[in-house]
Amino acid sequence: MEKADDVILIGGSAGSYTLIIDMMEALPEIFSPAIVIVIHRNPKFTTRIEDTLSARLKKEIVQAEDKAHILKGGIYFAAPGYHLLVEPDKTFSLDISERVRFSRPSIDVLFETAAEVYLDHCTAFLLSGANQDGTDGIKQLQRMGSKVIVQSPTEALISTMPKHAIEANGHVEIYNNRQIMSYFRNLK
Amino acid sequence: MAKLTSSHISFQELQDIVELVGKVSGFNLMGYSKSSLKRRVQRVMDLERMDVVDLKNAIINVEGFHTYLMNEITVNVTEMFRDPLYYNALRTDVFPYLETFPRLKFWSAGCSTGEEVYSLAIMLTEADLYNRSFIYGTDVNSNVLEVAKKAIYPLKSFKLYTENYNGTGAFNSLSDYYTAMYDAAIIHADIRKNILFSQHNLATDYVFNEFQFISCRNVLIYFDLELQNRIFHLFYESLSEFGFLCLGTKETLFNHKIMSKFKVINKKFNIYQKIK
Repeated sequence: MEKADDVILIGGSAGSYTLIIDMMEALPEIFSPAIVIVIHRNPKFTTRIEDTLSARLKKEIVQAEDKAHILKGGIYFAAPGYHLLVEPDKTFSLDISERVRFSRPSIDVLFETAAEVYLDHCTAFLLSGANQDGTDGIKQLQRMGSKVIVQSPTEALISTMPKHAIEANGHVEIYNNRQIMSYFRNLK
Repeated sequence: MAKLTSSHISFQELQDIVELVGKVSGFNLMGYSKSSLKRRVQRVMDLERMDVVDLKNAIINVEGFHTYLMNEITVNVTEMFRDPLYYNALRTDVFPYLETFPRLKFWSAGCSTGEEVYSLAIMLTEADLYNRSFIYGTDVNSNVLEVAKKAIYPLKSFKLYTENYNGTGAFNSLSDYYTAMYDAAIIHADIRKNILFSQHNLATDYVFNEFQFISCRNVLIYFDLELQNRIFHLFYESLSEFGFLCLGTKETLFNHKIMSKFKVINKKFNIYQKIK
């Protein structure tokens, strides 16, 4: 498999779980970017989102492994308890350093490191959540020329995370759930 | 040196810093995962309110700065009995083999502040193996080793450590092994007795003893595949025949040729045994 030229990042916390499942289910069978997802979850109570999606999408969906290549059409989840980073050679690396905004994995850490490697070949979605993770990451994405899309706070189950990101960063695109779904349905 | 706005380091500047640190000190950061290292260096710059020029200047001109930098760069997040089921796997899958050795030497490589070393000592005590055991705890960071030697930890951490300990399927109570006073707790002397902490740099140092058991957990993720490979050879050479190698839950031997010289004892927790 070839390394992906483009990545789509998704950061979600409380209230984003079902939406993320729907987004992945909307995907066409073949698409070329890699999709990398950070969802806050407690490592002690591992949700089986990877298994659920693998069964529904009939394709293997995995946790991103340390030093693994980021491949075209791959769907990767950040492992609970570890930060997920993107390396300049377009591989993943894991890191168990301090929590960022009470989170590990942290959406900021993925967004910031991916932005610097993929530049304008990077699109990031920030979804529902009860904290402020993602805000700093978006700042860096914008600096690096990446595209940023935030879920409309009025449609997010918990609006804190998207709201904070919008207030702190100004010019971000805001999508309602219908637009988000249509983006993934039409992904090439 | 104070700067009002924060300054960002680029990958090219990071490479310059890596080379500079290599030149002025014995620390080789060449094989470190770049993005992770960059975040750590950026963190030091933010803490010290430095830009890249200040940083270079300090590395060259400020005595002891490169040691401080190394100590700040290394990640020292650890806990007692992290991944309780790993410790359970040691008890069921590894200790029965270890019972067959008359003398046991353990190496906890990248032991940070020592919580993992004391966890191991407690497990060995409970398995009645500790009297014939000796544990070496090593780390590149000299500061954390001082903490490890003292064996005194904040009492507030023990809520999590107790949960972890209970999750290993333990027989006793963790409080049997420490004494609390004010807001700290010290590990008991009979747990501390057969342990030596000393500095060792996995990136540059060599074999220093022969071991029946090496654990190196959540350290290799900070290194690229090439440096990982060097370290796996170092571990291989340091292990006795049928000795054990235990890695973190996200660290595997499978991407490396040296796997052919090991047998998998527990796939989930990356426990391997040297067989050739």
